[in-house]
Amino acid sequence: MVARTLYDKLWDTHLVNENHDGSALLYIDRHVLHEVTSPQAFEGLRIAGRMPWRLDTNIATPDHNISTDRSERDAGVSGIPDEISRIQVQTLDDNCDHFGIKEFKMNEMGQGIVHVMGPELGATMPGMTVVCGDSHTATHGALACLAHGIGTSEVEHVLATQCLVTKKMKNMRIRVEGKVGLGVTAKDVVLAIIGKIGTAGGSGHAIEFAGSVFRDMSIEGRMTVCNMAIEAGARVGMVAVDEKTIDYCEGRKFVPKGDVWHQAVAYWRTLVSDSDALFDTEVELHADDIIPQVTWGTSPEMVAPVTALVPRPEDEPDKELRKGVERALKYMGLEGGIPIVSINVDRVFIGSCTNSRIEDMREAAKVANGRQVATSVKQVLIVPGSQMVKAQAEAEGLDKIFIASGMEWREPGCSMCLAMNADKLGDGEHCASTSNRNFEGRQGKGGRTHLMSPAMAAAAAVAGHIVDVRSFLGQPISQEIQL
Amino acid sequence: MKAFTQHRGLVGPIDRANVDTDMIIPKQFLKSIKRSGFGPNLFDELRYLDHGEPGQDCSSRPLNPDFSLNQQRYQGASILLTRKNFGCGSSREHAPWALEDYGFNAVIAPSYADIFYNNCFKNGVLPVILSEDEVDTLFSELAAADGYQLDIDLASQTVTSDSGQIFNFSLDQFRKQCLLEGLDEIGLTLTQSEKIKQYEIEREKSQPWVYGAIK
Ligand code: SF4
Repeated sequence: MVARTLYDKLWDTHLVNENHDGSALLYIDRHVLHEVTSPQAFEGLRIAGRMPWRLDTNIATPDHNISTDRSERDAGVSGIPDEISRIQVQTLDDNCDHFGIKEFKMNEMGQGIVHVMGPELGATMPGMTVVCGDSHTATHGALACLAHGIGTSEVEHVLATQCLVTKKMKNMRIRVEGKVGLGVTAKDVVLAIIGKIGTAGGSGHAIEFAGSVFRDMSIEGRMTVCNMAIEAGARVGMVAVDEKTIDYCEGRKFVPKGDVWHQAVAYWRTLVSDSDALFDTEVELHADDIIPQVTWGTSPEMVAPVTALVPRPEDEPDKELRKGVERALKYMGLEGGIPIVSINVDRVFIGSCTNSRIEDMREAAKVANGRQVATSVKQVLIVPGSQMVKAQAEAEGLDKIFIASGMEWREPGCSMCLAMNADKLGDGEHCASTSNRNFEGRQGKGGRTHLMSPAMAAAAAVAGHIVDVRSFLGQPISQEIQL
Repeated sequence: MKAFTQHRGLVGPIDRANVDTDMIIPKQFLKSIKRSGFGPNLFDELRYLDHGEPGQDCSSRPLNPDFSLNQQRYQGASILLTRKNFGCGSSREHAPWALEDYGFNAVIAPSYADIFYNNCFKNGVLPVILSEDEVDTLFSELAAADGYQLDIDLASQTVTSDSGQIFNFSLDQFRKQCLLEGLDEIGLTLTQSEKIKQYEIEREKSQPWVYGAIK
């Protein structure tokens, strides 16, 4: 038999029909919905008089524009201060009730950012095709799923037909071999990858992340990496199944038990690329070359090691790129040539579908523990990705550590990742953020985002400026907690 | 779906690469539950000097004179000329909705982000891919001539300038057909209902855990 990549296998398994021109009808196993990209799709269904093809595939939750403030949340949907946001969340509730779609409502256990709640509930399982009207759906690929974002017309298409008309992508493998050093996390690895291949480097490809660094990484770390595949231009990021994948899935809410579980596991173990499978594109990085990363500009590829200087436009030979650097520096209010660690931060955001899982909370808490937020920092938001993460973190006492440091412990949602709710940056403010996009205005008009890992963001909160977290680790701290 | 066969119209430029969907339609406008009405907020942060919020009357807002599409000569533009990796970032379909609502029928760029490219076809907006050199040529011609127009013909896959220069572009034949005929993709897929049902029967036998999980 022809050697196949993981992507090839997932594709083949879900092929319903292939057209002559190379487009195909692909079967979708799991469809995740949220309030922002679904209302027009439901409206389309209604207008056409269609019903969802299959109900037990859909799972919904509100996340993008709900409040993360405790008292506003306690007031329920009617407590959402912004009227238009309220209508959108209410519309999701109404649509799910009307069509009979399983929804984890705003304050229910299970609610969370779509890409955090799907895997943690076991709604996403290895070998599935997973889609959602959100570009960070690639996150679910950490469980060896074929997962990607779709547009609203496609949301309607999947609701109505359980299929997607799509074309096969090319195969890309990104290998990172070696062992990462102290203070280097999944976020640093993926930022380094984007720094190397650029924001369009993965265009048209499905990326498989391979090599010892990803094997050593937890499933949560793999999610952080796959989450940002889209920031490298690829709709799909994946990691093959191993024991960690299977351990992660076991016992989760929607995962099968008994005989079916064993049957599933036997199949899941086949979800690896054949050793002689061919990839259209191969990229290799070495773990030794990766240290904590920080973005200095307005695109995730504008990234550098924390020890570096902000680049100077005059050092950039390519005219187009030079213009890009100039524009980014102007927006960011930065001079080329200054050390990255000299950049002061006004606010810190630890959260988003990239870095709001329990491990992220633990990493941040480790740094925050026994330390105080710098007085120059206006606000530090710690936003767990889901109700389950929140409950777990509180059970471990992490919330108390954050609060004692002067940080705010919030309710689960997208929060300051995209400023569709009340959590935003002010004009010109610099933010150490664990989210995935540093585009102009992403976190609020005129806001200046520096992407980094949770540990780095927590360290920036304490220092008041960007700082190399490695100087915080390994040194004795008072009231060290066991994590 | 809206059909696209051919179009002649005024060209408007945005001379920068990597224009992301946040720039095309900032997130505060995503709160709408409708598909239409996004045109006045297309490129909102670049286009206006003040901060835009949904539900505002945009006609009285201060325009940014430095934003290309605000210039008198580009009023009524229906073809957007721009640089590579247009539409990167978030998957929001509001981006093509806003372009369409503003009055753009087509975009010309050297490359697009995958999801955005896909979304355009579903909304009757044709994303034309020309080479970087060809796009450069169009930018210089546009800069040199007021009222610069182009002809785009989908059937023959060509862009023709008034000087008679013809640029060919390629695209997927299925998408081309859907766009030419304005086909309803869902209706088209539902003609294959039997195949989908057959697939489900087979799949449920071999992988039962995929079914019935979410209740
Ligand atoms: S956390 Fe941010 S990137 Fe993730 S789904 Fe929410 S808004 Fe999108």
